[in-house]
Amino acid sequence: MIIGLESWTLARPELFLAAVTALLLIYGVVRGESSANFVAIASSLALLATAVLIFAPYREGTAFASLFIVDRLTATMKALVLVGAAVTVLMSRAYFERVRAWRFEYPVLVSLATLGMMLMISANDLMALYVGLELQSLALYVVASFQRDSERSTEAGLKYFVLGSVASGMLLFGSSLIYGFCGGTAFVEISKALLDGRAAESGVIVGLVFVVAGLAFKVSAVPFHMWTPDVYEGAPTPVTALFAVAPKIAAMSLLVSVLMGPFKPLFVQWQQIIVVASVLSMALGAFAALRQQNIKRLMAYSSIGNVGYVLLGLASGSEKGIEAVVFYLAIYLVMTLGVFATILMMKRRDVMLENISDLGGLARNQPMMAFAMLIFMFSLAGIPPLAGFWGKLYIFIAAVEAKLYIPAVLGVLASVVASYYYLRIVKVMYFDEPAEALDRPVFGINRAVALVAAFLVAVFSLLPQPLSLIAAAAAKGLFP
Amino acid sequence: MTGWPILSLITFLPLVGAFFCLIVNGPKEAVERNCRSIAIVTTGLTFLVSLVLWAKFDPTKAGFQFEEKGAWVPALGIGYHVGIDGISLFFVLLSTLLTPICILASWESIHVRVKEYMVAFLVLETFMVGMFTALDLALFYVFFEGVLIPMFLIIGVWGGAHRVKAAFMFFLYTLLGSVLMLLAIIAIYWQLGTTDLVVAMERLQLPFSWQCYLWLAFFASFAVKVPMWPVHTWLPQAHVEAPTAGSVILAGVLLKMGGYGFLRLSIPLLPEATQYFAPLVFFLSCVAVVYTSLVALVQEDMKKLIAYSSVAHMGYVTIGAFVLNMQGVQGSIFQMLSHGIVSAALFLCVGVVYDRMHTREIAAYGGLVKRMPRYAFTFLFFTLASVGLPGLSGFVGEFLVLLGAFKVNTWVAFFAATGLILGAAYALWLYRQVVFGELTKDNLKNILDMNRREIAFFLPLVLLTLWMGIYPASFLDPMAASVDKLVGDYQAAIKLARTAALSP
Repeated sequence: MIIGLESWTLARPELFLAAVTALLLIYGVVRGESSANFVAIASSLALLATAVLIFAPYREGTAFASLFIVDRLTATMKALVLVGAAVTVLMSRAYFERVRAWRFEYPVLVSLATLGMMLMISANDLMALYVGLELQSLALYVVASFQRDSERSTEAGLKYFVLGSVASGMLLFGSSLIYGFCGGTAFVEISKALLDGRAAESGVIVGLVFVVAGLAFKVSAVPFHMWTPDVYEGAPTPVTALFAVAPKIAAMSLLVSVLMGPFKPLFVQWQQIIVVASVLSMALGAFAALRQQNIKRLMAYSSIGNVGYVLLGLASGSEKGIEAVVFYLAIYLVMTLGVFATILMMKRRDVMLENISDLGGLARNQPMMAFAMLIFMFSLAGIPPLAGFWGKLYIFIAAVEAKLYIPAVLGVLASVVASYYYLRIVKVMYFDEPAEALDRPVFGINRAVALVAAFLVAVFSLLPQPLSLIAAAAAKGLFP
Repeated sequence: MTGWPILSLITFLPLVGAFFCLIVNGPKEAVERNCRSIAIVTTGLTFLVSLVLWAKFDPTKAGFQFEEKGAWVPALGIGYHVGIDGISLFFVLLSTLLTPICILASWESIHVRVKEYMVAFLVLETFMVGMFTALDLALFYVFFEGVLIPMFLIIGVWGGAHRVKAAFMFFLYTLLGSVLMLLAIIAIYWQLGTTDLVVAMERLQLPFSWQCYLWLAFFASFAVKVPMWPVHTWLPQAHVEAPTAGSVILAGVLLKMGGYGFLRLSIPLLPEATQYFAPLVFFLSCVAVVYTSLVALVQEDMKKLIAYSSVAHMGYVTIGAFVLNMQGVQGSIFQMLSHGIVSAALFLCVGVVYDRMHTREIAAYGGLVKRMPRYAFTFLFFTLASVGLPGLSGFVGEFLVLLGAFKVNTWVAFFAATGLILGAAYALWLYRQVVFGELTKDNLKNILDMNRREIAFFLPLVLLTLWMGIYPASFLDPMAASVDKLVGDYQAAIKLARTAALSP
């Protein structure tokens, strides 16, 4: 196939983001440190503009000799990632200014990471997948240690780098095995080889296990979750917010398109792996978070638990399951951004705080902030009528329809355990006597994000239907 | 019937009040005064609108009335479908009656964070009414669970010394039970492709083993809520720590959700499993009646004693529901209504002295009759109603349940009847300790009798108790047709299953 104009128009959003990021990099280098504000705002606008470009006008198909694919699912996932990245860039200014690390490289790196995520979401070939994944990971390793005079941040970056490299290695090793047994790296070829029975199934399965392990690391599913709490705690808070949304959604999308695409014929085999990872993630996310004192660490375990629920949707392997994944991720994105926006407002006498106990009596000092957090917490716990409940309901419907009864029962029980620590935050805010008051937040972007997120959660709670239509349309991409 | 959506109006009117409370601003005093007024006006209005329901309710019809239907989440087969029949009518009225009484009861006793308190109660009322009117399983679940959020806050923020532990116990116990119910609802959705309850009642056909799993899942949820022995341990904690109004709603309405759930979901949807598990329910209920009555005898805290008596009284409810004849089920519903009013009133009685003395210890009181004759009369009245004195509401329910139970199983009736004797023992003992005896405690010597506000919220309860005791037909007649249908459908389903089993 000739690489014609069609390919370029299909990859229009990616090209746009790449071009803008390059320009912003040049601008930053020329203008020096003072350009940080402009670059940050410009790059988050560029991220949002990219999200618009995906849908206006929307095109689908494959490009670059089938290396690259666009369909409803990838488009929706990209939009979620882009929104997450854009909002976290906006949220980070106040934090980095306080620690004197507000440099133009940060938004540029985030944009580059997002570009990598978009490429990996759209990957239709193991090579493209790897290239996208590495572009994303390398940028994120740097971002994790961006607060370079902080020991914790540097440590987080290094840890992420070392463990991430191991995961990448596993992914590459698995890819090479699959290549060897299937005779190709393109998803179409792999799928064809598996359906023809040309490929030696056992060999491919070994390769698949390695690939899944590599991706499980990226979504921080148990047993490849170990880096998550440390990196979440150590990384600067805005970076943690980014980690909790964008790369996670991107990697989950990749996992979905790899498993439901070329490896669909091996459904019975990979389903077992995903079910086990899902149940373990839900359980660990619930139990390990119980005694955490640091709210970032708690959110790390919470995200592990949430990934468990998403994986359960994937494990059902049905159209409903993929719908549930998209639906859940969209709500997860909103809730997580809201929580981190609130965490970024936690400061006392201009010192950032991270302990749960620092929220003591927040309901008296700052009723609005506490109320927003209350909504997020009950929503994360999955208590109806809040949006998080609909996400879990979707997942469990898919799981029951796929006859995954035991994992579904374990999942709901884990959600009860998990609700304990979400309630604990509510308890600290509402029941405890006021600690020394937190600083009044000036009207800033974080406050706006928290309130908008709370509002959106409320809207999704009452009217989940529009979101479920979007999810259904996205899932159609895999089930034409 | 009426052209406008009256049930939705009753359900969501309190939310409007909550919204106004939220936007009230100004100096602290004014905010508190305004919030109290908004809350009492909205809940009073809601109650008046709900009376229209009773007036326009057609007692000859067995099916659902005032139905409203609309799409909500079509992707998951969930609709907004509400309606009431003879079974749910009075629960709606009970909820709308008790909420304004609670607001009145906390008029003076709550003086911190009044705004949030009123908002919590108004939201709670929406959830309660919504739950009793929901005719869609998912909608039912949303309201059933939603109740936890305001109640958790009410116990946790305005409760007593150990409020945090009590709030968590309440929340987690109930949640643990309900998530299993959620799976059961999902299983039903999977079978039918919809969560509409009316459709499910007509069409749900499950193999026996599945019926049993689902029945147990529903049971886990409702048994915790009722609460049945041995999962009742959250109740005394929650009651003791909750503020007076919280206890009133807890005992008056929240416990009924469990009994209502059995009647609304477990029995009509899963008749064979109901028959299979009925002995288990009888056993647990008998244990509850005898055991918790004995436990009540040794309590030192007034609220705890009444809480344990609630468990015992709810034992009658579950027995009545599962004997599944006309008398039993009617008795069960009547017992729930009567308990809703009497136990609520008893908690209010405790609240009256608690507001004055700030202790609930039985030993701290004695001889109140000398200083508080009006209070002594009210307390005695409700104590006797709780014991089951003929002519008051408690008697009718217990009598009907025992009558129904005798037809099915004499031993169940026998053990349940012992509860009557034990009930009289602890209730009268409590009354004697608190009200009679010498007035020896110095700090009691200046205690004041009930004021006008307190009389205002006791008076309707006294009248209702008398009405229910003297002329129960006004309450039993509207529910007769629906109960008859429930029992009839159940018997038909059992007969069908039996003939199916005999002729392979």
